[in-house]
Amino acid sequence: MTLTATHLLALAPPILVCATAILVMLAIAWRRHHTGIAIVTVVGLNLALLSLIGVWRMAPLAAPMLAIDGLAIFAAVLILVAALACATLAHAYLAHHDGPREEFYLLLLCATAGGMVLSASTHMATLFFGLELLSIPLYGMLAYVYGERRSLEAGVKYLVLSAAATAFLLFGMALLYAETGRLDFAGLAARLGGDLGAWGLAGAALMLMGLSFKLSVVPFHMWTPDVYQGGPGPAATFLATASKVAVFVVLLRLVMAAPAFQDGRLHDVLAVLAILSMLVGNLLAVTQSNLKRLLGYSSIAHFGYLLTALVIGDGLSIEASGVYLVTYLLATLGAFGVVTLVSSTPVASSDGGGDAARLHHYRGLFWRRPYLTAVLTIALLSMAGIPLTAGFIGKFYIIALGVEAERWWLVGAVILGSAIGLYYYLRVMVTLFLAEAGMQRHDAPENWANQAGGVVVLGAAALVIVLGIYPDPMITWVRHIGILTGG
Amino acid sequence: MTLLWLILIPFIGGLLCWQAERFGDLAPRWIALATMLLELAITLGLWLHGDYHLGNAGMASESLRWSMEWRVEWIPRFGIDVHLALDGLSLVLIALTGFLGVLAVLCSWHEIVHRVGFFHLNLLWILGGVVGVFLAIDLFLFFFFWEAMLVPMYFLIALWGHSGSQGRTRIRAATKFFIYTQASGLLMLVSILGLVFAHHAQTGEYTFAYATLMQTELSEGTAMWLMLGFFVAFAVKLPVVPMHGWLPDAHAQAPTAGSVDLAGILLKTAAYGMLRFALPLFPEASQAFAPVAMTLGLIGIFYGALLACGQQDIKRLIAYTSIAHMGFVLIGIYAGTQLALQGVVLMMVAHAFSASGLFLLSGQLYERLHTRDMREMGGLWARLGSLPGFSMCFVAASLGMPGTANFLGEFLILFGSFPVAPWVVVIASVGLVLAAIYSLLLMQRVYFGPPQGDGIFADLDHREYLMMLTLLGLVLLFGLYPQPLLDTTGAAMGEVQRLFGAASQSTTLQTGTP
Repeated sequence: MTLTATHLLALAPPILVCATAILVMLAIAWRRHHTGIAIVTVVGLNLALLSLIGVWRMAPLAAPMLAIDGLAIFAAVLILVAALACATLAHAYLAHHDGPREEFYLLLLCATAGGMVLSASTHMATLFFGLELLSIPLYGMLAYVYGERRSLEAGVKYLVLSAAATAFLLFGMALLYAETGRLDFAGLAARLGGDLGAWGLAGAALMLMGLSFKLSVVPFHMWTPDVYQGGPGPAATFLATASKVAVFVVLLRLVMAAPAFQDGRLHDVLAVLAILSMLVGNLLAVTQSNLKRLLGYSSIAHFGYLLTALVIGDGLSIEASGVYLVTYLLATLGAFGVVTLVSSTPVASSDGGGDAARLHHYRGLFWRRPYLTAVLTIALLSMAGIPLTAGFIGKFYIIALGVEAERWWLVGAVILGSAIGLYYYLRVMVTLFLAEAGMQRHDAPENWANQAGGVVVLGAAALVIVLGIYPDPMITWVRHIGILTGG
Repeated sequence: MTLLWLILIPFIGGLLCWQAERFGDLAPRWIALATMLLELAITLGLWLHGDYHLGNAGMASESLRWSMEWRVEWIPRFGIDVHLALDGLSLVLIALTGFLGVLAVLCSWHEIVHRVGFFHLNLLWILGGVVGVFLAIDLFLFFFFWEAMLVPMYFLIALWGHSGSQGRTRIRAATKFFIYTQASGLLMLVSILGLVFAHHAQTGEYTFAYATLMQTELSEGTAMWLMLGFFVAFAVKLPVVPMHGWLPDAHAQAPTAGSVDLAGILLKTAAYGMLRFALPLFPEASQAFAPVAMTLGLIGIFYGALLACGQQDIKRLIAYTSIAHMGFVLIGIYAGTQLALQGVVLMMVAHAFSASGLFLLSGQLYERLHTRDMREMGGLWARLGSLPGFSMCFVAASLGMPGTANFLGEFLILFGSFPVAPWVVVIASVGLVLAAIYSLLLMQRVYFGPPQGDGIFADLDHREYLMMLTLLGLVLLFGLYPQPLLDTTGAAMGEVQRLFGAASQSTTLQTGTP
């Protein structure tokens, strides 16, 4: 298949992001200007987001090695929104950074392009290319504040473990190629058919392991809390949102497309991984006293819930995982956004370095910054799946999916996990409202709400509430995506 | 639209209170008071102008009769509507909510001095959520409100509560309350979804509508499991004994307004849930489960009464008496005769008055003595002005003295249950003796015996006096002339009895044939 003009048009969003990356690189070489670079980045990302409207009309469309279908557009929207939020948060966060600040946006743009390619890939080559383009800039982003030990540690840790996971992934691809002689998903699916040889199974399992690592599914989760804790706020935000969304979408695509991944044995393994992730993630989060670590563990649990959709894998599951991803993204952006904003003051480094993430930094935040606290509370409530927030709709979908498929073990684990999860979400929440301890080392800047970062977190919180009360637009949109993907 | 406004008024009022804090501490209090008075006035207006005897005219008719109904599409994907409806039962309970809301605002007038605006935001949002629970007849919407009222209650206990002894902190109590109710609520969600998907499998349409789901044909096993999901959620909230662990802590640690709301209204949402959903949706399964439920009720009566006798903390004592009283309610609900169900309604109202009266009094005691430990009280009869007199009246109401509404409630429940389950009634009656014992123990320990000092404490002020007098008046009014209440809820209870009773007949037929 050759590349036509239509294909190029349909690929406009990633191309626009890449072009912005090049523009930013050239601009940095010409003159360093933090705000200017940030504006260029945001404009580029917004253009890409706008161009998606046009792409929406053309979908579904199969470009060589990439699919421009509902799922790809859905992932692109989420990734671009997350990248926009990260860029605006980074502007606030890096304002007081001593070293060079502009390269962060360059890395962010590259990773964004990688995520978009990854989520649209229908071929092992694009999958690998996208995954690496997403991961490699992330190493840099995580270790961006390399003067601080934890940040450097996070970057190196992610680099080493991620490389190991990539090796698994490549080996899995090689085995599948040896079995079938094909690298595109459709060809793989056709060749493998119903009968899956030992090598095919091993290949699929290894690929699953590689991707599970990126999603930090138990037992491949060890890196998550350290990296979340050490990485600078905006980088951790990107890792928790855009990167995970992209990897999950490609996993969803694989499971939907290739029968190799619908094998009964693999399904059982997936179910066990899902249950383990929910329980282990939630249980380990209980004892955390660092908000970023806690969010890391809670994201492990969330991907446990999401895996339920993959395990069940019938008609409702694209819709369910779509809705859940949207709600997860919004809540995570809200929570990480607040952490980043609170860490954005120049005094932040007086407390042994790193971000303001220990729970006692947040004690009594409500009485100083009521609206910022309201945002964090809403985000946490949404993660806990309490009604009036979007998170409840997500959890409703997951439970509905489990009940419809009569997978009672999974449903039971979701309920147990939620009950445990409540404990630590509530602990954080009540800390926010407790009386002040008298010391306030960390605080968001006085005028946080007027700045771009403030707008992002307020917007995320508002969306969480609006979609929690009136979820119909979200559901309609995600259903549309399911139709576009199916067709 | 009126129904929607009934829900919205507390929510809007709460937001106003929060924002009004900047004009001083008094502004939120007055706004909250006005909001709840408005709510109460609307409900009473509906009561006066509406007709709640509809059901009697056509007992045989299949369709449900609502006095008012309001419906708009919400999530068409799953056939979820914002569907509100009012009948006699919900009307009575909403009126109760409004009234106790007024009391809750009044009793925190001097008790709450920090962050007044945010306190009233939480208080009013609880009440808004409760009203939503009483009005929603879409199962999704019901669950939505059921869970939504937990968050403000959590904050109320966690932020304005009293920390008791070591290891019994208010945050612990609040967290326990939240996790108990939320986790059991999720079981109910699973049951709701199970019912919806069962209906979907039969008819191919998604709906969460109460009236439609009632027609779903379920196999015996499925119905039993689904019913258990509902039962567990309601049993935690009522509470029924093995699942009551959160209640004493939550009551003891909550501020007075929180206790009043908890005992007065939140526990009633569970009984309401059983009457409105668990029984009518799964009549056969409930009928089969009735002996177990009644046994649990009996255990609750004795357990609550015995533990109440051993408490040192006055609020914990009252909390345990609640468990005992709710045991009677549970027996009445699962007896399912018209008389017992009417008794249940009367008992719920009466318990709301008497328990909140006692909690208000213990709050007033605390404001004067700064302790709730009964070992540090004693001999207070002559030192507190008119407070001991009121205590005597409410304790008498709580133990079921004839002339109070509690007596009528218990009497109707026992009388109505006797034809169905005579032994249960006989054993439950023994519980009444225990009630007398713990009630008198309370009086004896607090007000009689050797005084522990000789100062005279402040008498009740006008606000407190008015609150107690109104409550007492209502207890006596419904104790002496309960007919208006029974008339209002008669039709709704008749409906429950019809569905539940039909199941009872069919099971007896089945067991009779072989």
